[in-house]
Amino acid sequence: MTPRRKRAAWIIGALIALSLVTFFIVNAFRQNLVFFYSPTQIIAGEAPKNSAFRVGGMVAENSLARAADGVTMQFIITDTAQNIPVQYRGILPDLFKEGKGVVAQGRWENGTFIASEVLAKHDENYMPPEAQEAVNQAHQAAAKNLAASQASQHNKEQQ
Amino acid sequence: MKPHADGPRWLNIFHFASPYQFYPLAGRLIPLFATLAVLLAMAGLWLGFAIAPADAQQGEGYRIIFLHVPTSWMAMLIYVAMAFWSVMHLILRTRLSAMMAQALAPTGALMAFLSLFTGALWGKPMWGTWWVWDARLTSMLLLFFLYLGFIALTRSIDEPDRADKAGSVLAIVGVFNVPVIYFSVKWWNTLHQGASISMEKGSTMASTMLIAMLLMSLAAWMYAITTTLSRVRNLILQREARTRWVQELLAIPANKA
Repeated sequence: MTPRRKRAAWIIGALIALSLVTFFIVNAFRQNLVFFYSPTQIIAGEAPKNSAFRVGGMVAENSLARAADGVTMQFIITDTAQNIPVQYRGILPDLFKEGKGVVAQGRWENGTFIASEVLAKHDENYMPPEAQEAVNQAHQAAAKNLAASQASQHNKEQQ
Repeated sequence: MKPHADGPRWLNIFHFASPYQFYPLAGRLIPLFATLAVLLAMAGLWLGFAIAPADAQQGEGYRIIFLHVPTSWMAMLIYVAMAFWSVMHLILRTRLSAMMAQALAPTGALMAFLSLFTGALWGKPMWGTWWVWDARLTSMLLLFFLYLGFIALTRSIDEPDRADKAGSVLAIVGVFNVPVIYFSVKWWNTLHQGASISMEKGSTMASTMLIAMLLMSLAAWMYAITTTLSRVRNLILQREARTRWVQELLAIPANKA
């Protein structure tokens, strides 16, 4: 082997070894490095007890309410399978909306998540407001059609 | 290096591996890339800030994407280029390859810093926080530190040959962080949103926004090439200062004056 080929072989060997190391490290982190837990994981008891953690999901529609004291906000974080009731004293970020993504940090106490920090998680879609409006209308129309077809199917079955 | 006699000289990739040949070529290319950088940036900024519509969710604040995404892409890409030149240097022992890696590093560090900085400015109004330790943000911070480490390492060793070798090894080891950054939003639950542009899904952006972002990305490419070439020229002059051609080159202005 020429010296140049020898060096190339060493470097290719090193690259393969390093990529294996990276693969194993990332694989280990994938299981242990969790930024937030989903409501399903929390109900299943996978979230840490007696210490702070984050819950992520969507703010359930029509769930946002102000508690009687006038400062505490109450809402439900859902992943459509499970719901987590959340209480938070503080100012919610601008992008916080019902039906949108949210990540809250806090503790799980007696069936309620007491949040100390609430962050909005926006998605990767960027579109002008008019386009968003069109998408929403299309969704509503599709939902109506679906409901209508299900209703007619239901009627047919009854007949 | 073996002499390469056959074929026209401009077809020979090793021809420009010599600092003596590359110095004037870089000098001729700089004005071209600099002009392209300015024109593309002007077009991108105009399209992004004057023409593109506001975003349905984020309003006007999303426009920081026109700086944030191009700088983030460049930061990752420049590191890959650095690793490429480092592999070339270690295998072929070409001095110019190591100089390329070292010339790329400061631009890469600047891009990584701008990415983190604009991201923080964006995060505060949108997410409600400047910084979180999620996988995307943390791995990007690691990239910034890798750049700083590379610069510090290569500058702290006085002997150029040893500095080149040490820097090359660090650049190659660090390159495995780049795919981790890219896929972090897929592999982990992150506060950072997923990719708006991907191989499988195409783009999830309105087309004017997308074009503006791509123009700004091209401008960032051109800017990076311009600064890298001019830095390489300086490195060549410093390292080859004792050779006859550099001394002759530096003597010309003195004669004219």
